[in-house]
Amino acid sequence: MYVSPIREPLIRGEKTYSQVTKDILAPMAGKPSKFWYMGITLAGIALLFGAWATYQTVYYGIGTWGLNKTVGWGWGITNFVWWVGIGHAGTFISAILLLFRQKWRTSINRSAEAMTLIAIACAGFFPLIHMGRLLLGFFIFPYPNTRALWVNFNSPLLWDVFAISTYFAVSLVFWYVGLVPDLGTVRDKAKGKIRKAIYGFLSFGWTGSAKHWSRHETISLILAGLAAPLVLSVHTIVSFDFATSVIPGWHTTIFPPYFVSGAVFSGFAMVLTLLIVARKALNLEEYITVNHIESMNKVIILTGSIVGIAYITEFFIAWYSGVEYEQYAFINRATGPYAWAYWIMMTCNVVTPQLFWFKKIRTSLVATFIISIFVNIGMWFERFVIVVTSLHRDFLPSSWTMYKPSLVEVGLYVGTFGLFFTLFLLFIRVFPVIAIAEVKSVLKSSGENQKHAHHE
Amino acid sequence: MNKYITAYYTDENDLIKGVKQIREKGHNILDVFTPFPVHGLDVALGMRRSRLTRVAFGGGAVGAIVGFGFQAWVFTKAYPLNFGGKPYLSVPSFIPVTFELAVLLAAFSMVIAFFIHFKLGPGAKTVVYDERCTDDRFLVLIDAENAEADEVKKIEKALSDAGAEGITYKE
Repeated sequence: MYVSPIREPLIRGEKTYSQVTKDILAPMAGKPSKFWYMGITLAGIALLFGAWATYQTVYYGIGTWGLNKTVGWGWGITNFVWWVGIGHAGTFISAILLLFRQKWRTSINRSAEAMTLIAIACAGFFPLIHMGRLLLGFFIFPYPNTRALWVNFNSPLLWDVFAISTYFAVSLVFWYVGLVPDLGTVRDKAKGKIRKAIYGFLSFGWTGSAKHWSRHETISLILAGLAAPLVLSVHTIVSFDFATSVIPGWHTTIFPPYFVSGAVFSGFAMVLTLLIVARKALNLEEYITVNHIESMNKVIILTGSIVGIAYITEFFIAWYSGVEYEQYAFINRATGPYAWAYWIMMTCNVVTPQLFWFKKIRTSLVATFIISIFVNIGMWFERFVIVVTSLHRDFLPSSWTMYKPSLVEVGLYVGTFGLFFTLFLLFIRVFPVIAIAEVKSVLKSSGENQKHAHHE
Repeated sequence: MNKYITAYYTDENDLIKGVKQIREKGHNILDVFTPFPVHGLDVALGMRRSRLTRVAFGGGAVGAIVGFGFQAWVFTKAYPLNFGGKPYLSVPSFIPVTFELAVLLAAFSMVIAFFIHFKLGPGAKTVVYDERCTDDRFLVLIDAENAEADEVKKIEKALSDAGAEGITYKE
């Protein structure tokens, strides 16, 4: 097989197959480290704060939030859109990069997909709690009821129900199907009897038979083909929540592509934030190399630039439309009482990712980590700006008002962080964080030992 | 199956060469166990093209038809509601749910078909011939149920000629 001499190896160190197994399973064995305990304690505290806020909301109602008659959507919807967006990176990496045959995805797809599932769970929490009565959450599904009434299939909010739940279900299946062979490896390497039994149960009796593998490859490819349009549809439908309304600043056709690229942008930033820490903490630096970080940074430049162009296009079209309400909505965003939020968004999303044009910056772990956090902040403010600034100047100037979150809303947001990190920390202890079989399958063509063999 | 012969390789390219050689000699390979999908092995073993794609298509088609049909039934027959004078059968707004259900059923039908067909699932009982098959060994399994002693010798010879290691005959 031809191996390009310029291309850097994907996996560092001269690894054998059994070394790969050993390295990737290492973080699951033994007692968790001190940092793991610290992390889970902090996450647990955040989760408790969230539990208190949930209790307040359920017991006293939505009145505990800072929402008012004019601004009916605040942090709740901002956080929902933000978390859903973060989820997009995992599917993008595992599905779209699989279809494009990008081998570097093999080191990061497992953890990115796990992040996706957790992020969707965090996102789904907000619309449910926004109803005020969690127990009546099932009203959103079309089921035969005594009122003989069905749900409104013309509403984008209902499309959301189908999009998000399908997205979660298909992502879960895709992730678990990929995990089954690796769980077989965990089972066969397990020392204790109980551990072996548990992983034996979870591994679905995987043996590595060639027949199974061949069909496994087929379903992975088809699932990727299904998940790719699915991931694009999800944020498109989320953007419809805004775009199909008649609120100036929301009613724009640019929303679907702009939301999708923004979602991939923020998702990659979150994957970077997590993996830069995880690769160090789990000793997986030879698997998740600077190359991987650089490749992800390139996706960030691309999607960040699309987002930047979308901001400018929105402004231009507002002026070009000649509609004074549309023009006011945008001028108010940039110069009104929420201008600070708008400029945080512009700086974090339009300026900072452009720094990645410099190779020094996009190959620096520290710089990447800092910029990835900036992007996360910027993307949160994007949603905040869209939701709140468009609403707070109502059609009647007598209704004009300001919105400030209450402590309960802050608690709900912090609580989802707690949930996110708790589940992610449990994930790295329970499942292999890197797709073992997939890494082995690219080891021959892209490992360091092969590269040397070809040169000598 | 009570009698069988196993042998292993440590490199996937040797495995494919070996499998071809063994099959050319007319020995029937029951199965091969590998730690990761080896490309070209399905061809070397003479496997058919997967029919799972058809299952996925069928599932997707059912999802799309049921999804669209249900929405159309709700809005024209079960509980017609007038939304701002718009048509009852508002096709464009039925598309998102139709699409999502198509994807959902396509994915689930295919994956479920895969697990049922191979009898895999939570707690499924399967035979693990060598625990290193999920680590770094590529194991070839040959049926010796009705093989006479000299037939077994022949298979073992073919395996060692094809470069396989650790040839074992189990009864």
